[in-house]
This record gives sequence, C-alpha cells and structure tokens, in this order.
Amino acid sequence: MITEAAVEREHYLNASYGIKSWLLTKDHKRIALLYLATVTLFFFLGGAFATLIRIELLTPTGGLVSSETYNKLFTMHGVTMVFFFLIPSIPATLGNFFLPMMIGARDLAFPRINLLSWYLLVIGGLFALYAMLAGGVDTGWTFYTPYSTTYSNSWVVATAIGIFIAGFSSILTGLNFIVTVHRMRAPGMTWFRLPLFVWSNYATSLIQVLGTPVLAVTIVLVFCERVFHIGIFDPALGGDPVLFQHLFWFYSHPAVYIMVLPAMGVISELISVYSRKPVFGYAFVAFSSVAIAVLGFLVWGHHLFVSTQSVYAGMVFSFLSYFVAIPSAIKVFNWTATLYKGSISFATPMLYAFGFIGLFTIGGLTGLFVASLGIDVHVTDTYFVIAHFHYIMVGGTIMAYMGGLHYWWPKMTGRMYPEGWAKLSALVIFLGFNLTFFPQFILGYLGMPRRYHVYPDEFQVLHVLSTAGASVLAVGYLMPMIYFIWSLRYGAVATANPWGATGLEWKTPSPPPVHNFDEMPVVTHEAYDYSTVMGEVIEVG
Amino acid sequence: MASEGHAETLALREQFDTADQQKDASTLGMWVFLITEIMFFGGMFLAYSVYRSSYPVVFAVASSSLNAVIGAVNTAVLLCSSFTMVMAVRAAQLGQRRAILIFLILTLILGMVFLGVKAYEWNEKFVEHHVPGPTFHLEGVEMQGPAQIFFSLYFAMTGLHALHMVIGVGLLTWLIIATYRGRFSAQYMTPVDIAGLYWHFVDIIWIFLFPLLYLIDRHLR
Repeated sequence: MITEAAVEREHYLNASYGIKSWLLTKDHKRIALLYLATVTLFFFLGGAFATLIRIELLTPTGGLVSSETYNKLFTMHGVTMVFFFLIPSIPATLGNFFLPMMIGARDLAFPRINLLSWYLLVIGGLFALYAMLAGGVDTGWTFYTPYSTTYSNSWVVATAIGIFIAGFSSILTGLNFIVTVHRMRAPGMTWFRLPLFVWSNYATSLIQVLGTPVLAVTIVLVFCERVFHIGIFDPALGGDPVLFQHLFWFYSHPAVYIMVLPAMGVISELISVYSRKPVFGYAFVAFSSVAIAVLGFLVWGHHLFVSTQSVYAGMVFSFLSYFVAIPSAIKVFNWTATLYKGSISFATPMLYAFGFIGLFTIGGLTGLFVASLGIDVHVTDTYFVIAHFHYIMVGGTIMAYMGGLHYWWPKMTGRMYPEGWAKLSALVIFLGFNLTFFPQFILGYLGMPRRYHVYPDEFQVLHVLSTAGASVLAVGYLMPMIYFIWSLRYGAVATANPWGATGLEWKTPSPPPVHNFDEMPVVTHEAYDYSTVMGEVIEVG
Repeated sequence: MASEGHAETLALREQFDTADQQKDASTLGMWVFLITEIMFFGGMFLAYSVYRSSYPVVFAVASSSLNAVIGAVNTAVLLCSSFTMVMAVRAAQLGQRRAILIFLILTLILGMVFLGVKAYEWNEKFVEHHVPGPTFHLEGVEMQGPAQIFFSLYFAMTGLHALHMVIGVGLLTWLIIATYRGRFSAQYMTPVDIAGLYWHFVDIIWIFLFPLLYLIDRHLR
C-alpha cells in the first residue's frame, strides 16, 4: 500500500510514467536506477559463472566441465565482474544519484551524456553477452598476447569490442563528475566542505579519464593484431607481446582503484554518521584519495615481476607499490580514530562498514606480500593472489556497495529496508565471504596455481571449505535482493533524514523531487557538523 | 519550485543557474575530453617509441620511403585550417554570422583537402606493397618484420588521426547548418568555441605525427 502522503507529493519517481520516461530520462536519479538494475543483472551473471567454478573445484579430478569450458568460465566471470559490475558499481549508481545532491546541484553538468554513458554500458554489455552465448572467450580477463591475438580460438574480438564500448561509458561518467564537481557546487560549498564521498569519486574520475583511454587504444591494437596481423605483439615480426602487458596494466592497475576508491568514500560517510562524529583528519582522508589516484599510475610494473621485466625495474615498482600503503593506511587509521569516543550505533550499513575495514585491511596487507619481489615470485599466479584481490574487490568494494545501498535506500526509494533481515544478511555475507576466500590464501601459499581445475588430492579439503563458503555467500547476496524488492511495497515510509545525517542529500524529502531541492541550498558549515542536525544535537568528545 | 527557476533554452539548460556557468562547464568538459584523447593517442606513441628504439635503422629507411613533400604540403593545409577556425571563433564572438559561415566553410574545405591528400598517400602504399600483409615488401632493409611494424604504426596512427578529422568534418558541417539557421550569437557561441578546441587538438596531433613518421632520417644537404 502506498500511503496517502506519498501519493500527494510529486517526486522523481512519480513525476512521469511509462517506459519512455525512463529510457529517455535525463534525470541523474533515474539514470542511477537504470545503472542499478543493469549492474545487478551483471552481478548475478558473474555470480553464476563463479558458482560453476566453485562446484567444479569440489573434486580434484575436474570431472564436471572440460578444461576448455573451465577456461571460459573463469574468463567470463572476470570480464563480467570487472568491466560490467565492479567498475560501474558505486560511481554509476550511488555516485550518479548522490554526487549532484551532495554538492547541492540540480543534476550533473551533462545529463544527456550521462544517459549516453548508460546506453554505452548496455551496448558494450550486449556485445559481451553475445560473445558468451555464441561460444565464450577463454583468454582470462587479462587478454594476454600472443595467446589472445594469435592462438585463442574463441570470441576475443566481440568481447574486446564490448569492453571498448563499456570503457567509453566509464570515461564519460568520469568526465561528467569532474566538470560537475568543478562547476556545479551550491553557494558556500567550498572544496573543503565537500563530503568525502565526493572527494573519492572525484579522484576515481581522474583515473577513469586518464587510464581508460589507454585500455581503449590497447584494445584497438589487439583488434588490429588479431584481425590484420599487424605484428605489434607478434614476436615473429619483431613485435613484443610484453608491450601488451605494460599497456594493459597501465590501465588495469589504476582500475583497481576505480573500484575501491568510491568504496572508501562510502565508508567515510557511514563511519561518520553512525558514530555521530566528523571524520577524523578530513583533509588527510580527502587528499589520500587523490594520492591513491596518482600513485596508482606508477605501480603497474608489479604485475610484470616474472614477465621478463628487468630486476631493477622490478625493484623500483616494488618500492613504489609500497607507497600505496601510506594513503590507504591513513584512511583506515582515521576511520578508526573517528570511532574513538563516538556515539556508535550498529545499524546495518555500519556493520558493512566494520566488515569493510577488517577485510580491506587483510586485503591491503596481503597486497604488501605480493608487492615484494621475493614473495611475489613464490605466489605469482597462485590462489594467494586470487584471495588477495577478492579481499579487496569483494570484501572491500562489494561490502561498501552493500553498505551504501542500505544507507541511501530510504532516500532513493522513500522506504526503509527491514532492519532485522538486513543485519542477518550482513552477517551471512561476512561469514560466507571469509569461509570462501580465507582458505584460498593457504591454498595459494601451498602452491595451488590459479586457472587450473585439476589439482592434487591434498588440496581438496581447502577447496571444499571454499565452495561451502561460496554457497553461504550466495544466500547472503540473494537475501537483500528479495527484501529490497519487498521493501518497495511493504517497507516503512522513510522520513527525509532517518539517520540524522548532515549531507545535503538528507535536507530534501525522500524520495527527492525532480530537481532535487525545493529550495536552492546554501552551505554554511563544514561537512559532518552534527550540531547542525536539528533536534539531534549530540555533544562530542 | 525555487530551484527550477527558469525555462530551458539552448544557452541555458535547466541544470545550470547562469549562461556563464554553462559555458564554463562546456569548455571544461571539452578540455577534459581532450586530455582523454591525449592518453588515447599516447598508447600509440608509446608503441612507436618502443619499436623505434628497438629498430632505429629499419625505421629510418621505412620513414624515408614516405613522400615528405606531400606530407609537408598537408601540414601546411592543416595549419591554414586552424587559422580559419580561429577566425570563425573570433567572428562568433563578435556575432558576425556571415563571417562565421565563410570561415567555417573554408575550414571544412581545407579539412577535406587534407583527407583527400591522405587518401592519395594511402593508395600509393597499396601500389608500392607497403601495406602490412602477405605481399608486404620494403626495398633496402633485411628485417621485413620491423618494417611491417613501422607501416602498421603508420596506418594505425594516421588512420586514427584521419578518423578524428572525419568526426571534425561532421562537426563543422553541423555548425555550418546551425550558423546558417542563425542559432549562434555573441551571447551563445559555445559550440563554435569548443569545436574550435577540438579542431586545434586534431591539428596538434598531426604536428607530432608528421616529423615522427616522415622526417626520421631527412637531412639538409
């Protein structure tokens, strides 16, 4: 039942109806929901591939699928999750919805380009889907040459075109965010009053704008090599396959930060609001995002420690990779310091934030293992690396994404999610995640290589544990899917500011009107100044 | 509602408060886009640098087989087109519709001349078997593989540049039609302005391509 109050007031969801009002919308909030639906679809597709992988790995004999099919499964899992879920996930949904609202703007600077970038993601996704249905692709998500250009007998070109097109979606989102933050801030919204979610999305946009074109040109070269045999990656003509790895990782390492920086922005918001304290060391947290974006471009060589790169280059890249730990640690320490003497409440988003801090710390510290030359030679291409980046991507990004979704769900839909179920699912996800991926650290350290489906018997126990964890994790992800949809109809009606938060997005009704604010906001306070939240003044410290 | 205080026009879209804000945003958007373009071409320039330093002699010989005179003429054509583009932007700032039209059409013609000359050059490569593939052969070098890579890069880089020229020609055509219909004035000429930025950028890319591809081993005698 829709309550009468909700029927009375016009907001962005009921301002117009019909399929055209969605597919041709220029409203950043509706486009964010289009993205939400799209990336959710890709998330469950990528999850389906992961399920098949985990079922196959239950037994050491590789009996369920052929090696060829297995190669395709892990490739399509990676391609779907990285390019069509993780990269657009937080910026294109939560960022798209809330970045303009947080700075007090009516919309992004270029609403048409915003819609175009959603269409580009969909078209790119259709190419990738076509490749998967037509027979799949088996190169690994990294598309290493010369296998991808010369030998692979699968749908490399269609997949590459899909990623190329989706890349432009990412570039245009970044461009839109940068211009919006520079030119669309409300009166009084200075750079150092921006919520940290905006800072981290700004830093992300810098990477999207500077890195993604390099991936695009790399794909063009792979395409030319595969179709016209131009020789650039072909040793027979004097070309160098390792050049591909340099170009690829010049984008794909920073891309890791495209995935995790917005997540860090979400966590800054959550930690502050649920401990009712301003983020400790605001400026350090803000600049650490920019520092990660810059440093991210200087470390790609740590993916080439065993790919004929000189030892000296390896030492330099190893050294530089350690530097990334500094801004990352600044964030983690500052979040922890924010909690100190805070008035902490354990709402679902905060549970996800705690999950993020723990799992990201493990993911980050094991990142130091793989960044050091000596250890990396031992664990290269093992499950240790798999576990490391899943702790960052799933334990980090998806935890924050889920936390952010719960936190902003009342604003996006005007309905509260069911708190009890949400807490239960957060717990299930946390346990399922650790059971899935912690055994993989041990597997990798003992020498289990990635991308194999036949393995020695002694690894079976750990693989079975991992698969068991994956089933728990799957249940954890299905639960929010169900109760979020349930809440659209049966959830309690949300007030404008159910959490007593300070951001501008909470100073307008839920769901927001078409132009976001009934009255143009004027900003007079720093971000996270809880003394400004009416009726909920909390003495701090 | 107070926050949607104005009707949408071309010069002032509903998300902006003032026309100045919109112009600033559009211009910044184009600059950011051009930065992405630099990174896009950057990958090709990197590949060029790697292989030129690996095979300096082959690259010198292959470069000398290109026709530097035609390349120089084309460079001059492109520089002139940048000049006429600047004049079009100036005319737009002053709101002189006729002058905008004339200079835009001149820019368009010069752009087409460049593309025509480029097509002639590519055709020559097919005649001389300088197109990478089974029939590729370059006189005067032993290592045919790296010579092919030079020409692969030549085609990839000039091809990508020409693609940008074609897009530029499309933009110019659209601008000419819009000018003819009187869409621009001294108050609203942002599209002319940012199309100008794009055109100059494509021009600058060629300024780098010309010496890197044509002039590796040329000396005044």
